[in-house]
Amino acid sequence: MKVYRTVRTALRALRRNPMRAALTMLGIVIGVAAVIAMMEIGNGSSAAIQNTIASMGAGSLMVMPGTAAIGGVSSGAGGVRTLTPQDCEAILRECSAVRSAAPVVQARTQVVYANRNWVPFFIYGTTPVYLDIRDWNTLAEGEMFTDRDIRNANKVCVLGQTLVRELFQGESPIGREVRVKNVSFRVVGVLGSKGANMMGMDQDDILLAPWTTIKYRVAGSSLTNVNQSSASSSTSSSVNSLSQLYPSSQLNLYPIPSATQAADTPQPVRFTNVDTIMVAAQSTSEIPLAIQQMTELLRERHRIHAGEPDDFNIRNMAEMIKALTSATALMTKLLLCVALISLVVGGVGIMNIMLVSVTERTREIGLRMAVGARARDILRQFLIEAVVLCLAGGALGILLGHGGSYLVRVILHWPIETSLAAIIAAVLVSASVGIIFGYYPAWKASRLDPIEALRYE
Amino acid sequence: MQMIELHSIYKTYHIGDLAVPVLKGISLVVARREFVAVMGASGSGKSTLMNILGCLDRPSSGEYRLDGQELSRLSADERALVRNHRIGFVFQNFNLLSRTSALDNVIMPLTYTAENLPDREARQRAVEMLHRVGLGDRLNHEPSQLSGGEQQRVAIARALINRPSILLADEPTGNLDSHTSEEVLEIFQQLNEKQGITVILVTHDTGIARHAGRIIHIRDGVIENDGFVAQRMHGSSQPEREHNSDSSGTQESETGGVR
Repeated sequence: MKVYRTVRTALRALRRNPMRAALTMLGIVIGVAAVIAMMEIGNGSSAAIQNTIASMGAGSLMVMPGTAAIGGVSSGAGGVRTLTPQDCEAILRECSAVRSAAPVVQARTQVVYANRNWVPFFIYGTTPVYLDIRDWNTLAEGEMFTDRDIRNANKVCVLGQTLVRELFQGESPIGREVRVKNVSFRVVGVLGSKGANMMGMDQDDILLAPWTTIKYRVAGSSLTNVNQSSASSSTSSSVNSLSQLYPSSQLNLYPIPSATQAADTPQPVRFTNVDTIMVAAQSTSEIPLAIQQMTELLRERHRIHAGEPDDFNIRNMAEMIKALTSATALMTKLLLCVALISLVVGGVGIMNIMLVSVTERTREIGLRMAVGARARDILRQFLIEAVVLCLAGGALGILLGHGGSYLVRVILHWPIETSLAAIIAAVLVSASVGIIFGYYPAWKASRLDPIEALRYE
Repeated sequence: MQMIELHSIYKTYHIGDLAVPVLKGISLVVARREFVAVMGASGSGKSTLMNILGCLDRPSSGEYRLDGQELSRLSADERALVRNHRIGFVFQNFNLLSRTSALDNVIMPLTYTAENLPDREARQRAVEMLHRVGLGDRLNHEPSQLSGGEQQRVAIARALINRPSILLADEPTGNLDSHTSEEVLEIFQQLNEKQGITVILVTHDTGIARHAGRIIHIRDGVIENDGFVAQRMHGSSQPEREHNSDSSGTQESETGGVR
């Protein structure tokens, strides 16, 4: 009740001199408007930078088969093939921090169209979500192959820009057939341009096809040849240069075991494998969690006992993540500095005008004391005046700042992002600025001697 | 019991190392319903006396009893309470809040009263006070739209809003012409006679003799002369005079003011 009355008195006092009130508010209006506009524009820019870095692959993880050392001889990364498409499905199903996962089967061979040929850098057998993981959502032409194509191992493919340029030279490739290792693939789509990656490799030099098709029709393994344990498992065409000489035949480095030999040395039967599993985390910040979840899951699925080394590797783009987080942190600090400076400027403005106002209203203060106001009544009145001014200024500033950033978006087409946190912070800060910077003038007013104040000219 | 009792009030101001005595032992008794005029040259200490009477200032030494309550040792907050509840102030330069309606000016002191009057009642009381000073038709005028006399009447209404028993006026007619001065003094006199409010006013105007029942002359911080006006211009001051005679009998006489 008492506070309500004081607020009303403060409002009356402010209304008596609207010009002074407006000038006082101006400082805080500009301060808060600057904060809101900076936060919105800054957040937008920050999000845009994050998106850009994320599209370079910072958000994606690669699960690779681990190394195997047999008798002290390491076969290097990918020496054994331990990942299966079922691992991929399990990751997607059970790891909450994973947004999507796609198996990848690689091949490296010649692609032929009419009288032209080209060896693309990447021939990937995968699933449609691969594009989502790579943030590669724009197709220049046609469309992506479907999950149905994967189930049926359909001979369809999607080409990158470089491949299209080399093979088709201006023609539209949609509906044409290209031959990959004597298998005909119908082109269903053309990928948008992505340019070089961070290593300088041309990412447009690519052919994407269903992983089943690449696995069983191109890479040489067939469903009848799923025993991957021997050296034959690694005879993918990319390794064996001799296969270039005799394109359609598999070269066996070892003598084919006889039926008796095979019966004598039974090999464990494994499911079909994939070369890599590409994974996208829910967000960049959840990458460590995703890695942890996948490690636990894959160790369990591969029946690896505690203490034994993993038979897989999970790679992340640590360098890019670092760039991403440092860019974000820098942006946040910059915004904080700007916000603080502008609010302090606004606060000092309020204090100045409140001090002037106290001097100007000395007589009024003396009168109020003469009719029975106690020092604390005067203190409270001036403090509430300052807080009311700051809150009103804060509200105006929010509108102004929001309007400003909206204009920036409309006129300059900058990305902006409204942040509720910034608005709440601005209101809280403007109220506390009012209290902190309003306290000194209010205290000064309350310390006036009523007789002196009444006599003041 | 007397309304106001002052016992050898001293007030000394300190300006640097210099001690400036302003009041040098004032003793005074004012009874209920008295109308006292304080006169004296400027610098004689009459304003300081008014400040002490009005609880705005504390005497350096001496006793001040208002309604039997010793006030000279109260804290600042307690004195504010006394000012709010028991004393009404009228100033020479009106001291109205600018750009504020007469009504809101009159309501203002109620903001600082402990008992929270509902808005409607506060308004009603302010309207009543303005009617009492003859400004019933000027409720929503701002000070700049009122004449000097009207402004002073708003100030009187403001002084009355908390129903004080004493009205202190420091040269209330100092900024007014003789005609409006007369009107304002008329109001004081009516309040004194009809409402029974004790009025003490400082003035230079010798014509005040026609309204006041008692005139105190102050010179160099002491009471030089304290006398009762035998005949009031506007009638019956008989009860006051009886009242006064016993107070003067104990404390002051025409010469007893000088110490």
